[in-house]
Amino acid sequence: MASHVEVRELTPTTRKVKSRGTRIGDFVIALICLLIVLACLLPMLHVLARSLSSADALIRGRVSLWPVGFNLQAYQLVLSDAKYTWSLVWTIILTAIYTGVAMTMTILCAYPLTYDKLVGRRLINALILFTMYFNAGTIPMYLLLKDLGLLNKPAVLVIPNALSVFNMIIMRSFFYTIPASLRESAEIDGASPFQILVRIYLPLSKPVLATLALFYAVARWNGYSDALMFMNNRTYHPIQLLLFNILNAVTSIEVATQEGFVTPGMSETLKAATVMFATVPILLVYPWLQKYFITGATLGAIKE
Amino acid sequence: MATLLAPRRIRKVVNYLRYYWSLYLMLLLPLLYFAIFRYIPMSYILIAFKKYSLFQSVWEMPWADHWGFEYFVRAFSNRDFLNALRNTLMLNFLDLLVGFPAPILFALLLNELPFMRFKRFTQTVTYMPHFLSWVIIAGLAVQVFAPQTGLVNIALRRMGFDPIPFLTEPGWWVATYVFLGVWKSLGWNSIIYLAALTGINPELYEAAEIDGANRWQKIRYVTIPGIRPTIITLLILNLGQILSSDFDRPYALSNALVYDVSNVLATYVYTYGIRGLQFSLTTAVGLFQSVVCVIFLFAANALAKRYGERGVW
Repeated sequence: MASHVEVRELTPTTRKVKSRGTRIGDFVIALICLLIVLACLLPMLHVLARSLSSADALIRGRVSLWPVGFNLQAYQLVLSDAKYTWSLVWTIILTAIYTGVAMTMTILCAYPLTYDKLVGRRLINALILFTMYFNAGTIPMYLLLKDLGLLNKPAVLVIPNALSVFNMIIMRSFFYTIPASLRESAEIDGASPFQILVRIYLPLSKPVLATLALFYAVARWNGYSDALMFMNNRTYHPIQLLLFNILNAVTSIEVATQEGFVTPGMSETLKAATVMFATVPILLVYPWLQKYFITGATLGAIKE
Repeated sequence: MATLLAPRRIRKVVNYLRYYWSLYLMLLLPLLYFAIFRYIPMSYILIAFKKYSLFQSVWEMPWADHWGFEYFVRAFSNRDFLNALRNTLMLNFLDLLVGFPAPILFALLLNELPFMRFKRFTQTVTYMPHFLSWVIIAGLAVQVFAPQTGLVNIALRRMGFDPIPFLTEPGWWVATYVFLGVWKSLGWNSIIYLAALTGINPELYEAAEIDGANRWQKIRYVTIPGIRPTIITLLILNLGQILSSDFDRPYALSNALVYDVSNVLATYVYTYGIRGLQFSLTTAVGLFQSVVCVIFLFAANALAKRYGERGVW
């Protein structure tokens, strides 16, 4: 699939007959789009400028889109603090493990359900779909994890969400598009269901596998509420929760003393640098992976 | 019984299993997952009707008063819960009112944009906020909307306006909350409409042009009817979630000054349950919310079908 959803291209003939009014309309539309683009980009630019400015210029309100009193002090502090670098490394490890586990579970669940002959398929489907519409709630989950002894264990950030029904349905819908004749001929040649999965289905599903892996990875990278609720051990806090705690320290003085700074303005540039520190990894991978994301967005529209 | 044990039948079952047993083996882990993490928690729902005790199993705990409905009664006489219920409905309704039509309008706008390269650039940039977490967005918002030092208030001050307390005054907080929702999802949610737009037959536009239709008339009579089924389906899904409550967004954006409007059901359950240890009360609240959500979803679906639309299922 193309990297962008192509909308009807204007043909040369329609372009020729465009009136002046239509052309003015085109530019008004382009202008509105430009404003929306700026609304997306300027906040990033502002926070970047804050992170690179001097604390003094920042608290005087002199920093808008360009750094004032350029310095890298805030980044030096962030990068020399083991807390930040460890949380970055840990979140990468956690995201990799989670994505691997979730993808395995998704494939193992979706593939058998594409066999029409599978006895009990309808019942299993119904039981799985039911969980999408009705869930027990946060507290029952919390108490279950407590009884299982998973609270405050690193596994609590992987296992409770190891399978998304929504993603499983996308996977299954894609498997359905693979012609049954391929599978039948492999069956005649004596291939087992597992061999058919590994040799035929997975190689043919690479784009959707990439898309779903990215969905899981983004969900894990961006998630903080499960760690907030189920994980008290700060060592295993993912980067988003660390960021949340730093941004929500009651006053800037508190951050300043906690982080060992004296100037209160410093904590503001530090907050800006911390936000950039957590944002940059996403911004770095986004342009390269966006085509997979967009494939996924339209796949999500596939109905049962 | 006799037919069940007939040798031919057994042979059939054995042949079936000899080939397909591995499918069940593959399903083992996923099914265990659903059983443990999706169905067993449902048995814990009983806690909503019982007096919670740390030292007893769910089955041994004594029943709550009012035939078990004590905690539901208590929730509905709790000021914070009623406040959370009101806020959840209010914020979801505003999201529906503003956040639902916004991507439709944006898709129509992109569809009319004739500069292809600029269009691609616009799409790339506007999809990006979807991949930022609410913590990051809250971090950006706190800085961009800061009363003295933030970009927006600097701009307002230069234009001669007073600074606006976007995140610390309840009314402004609600507006900012809704705006940030649009900011995050405008581009991404437009993709599905753009995909629907590609399905419209180009001959319809040609026919409209021959009839002398202008831009607005083409949008009104060709484009919008073309994406109507998509709009209805998504509207049902959104209506069904009017009482659902996201945790990440309000919790990341909230602060002590705006508690009266930022307290929603999800954050209420977290504060009273996991931090306040009132498990029976908060399980009751969660159950109330889940049940109402299911009812809303079915109702919205039935409504759509009644008016001749496709529905979600």
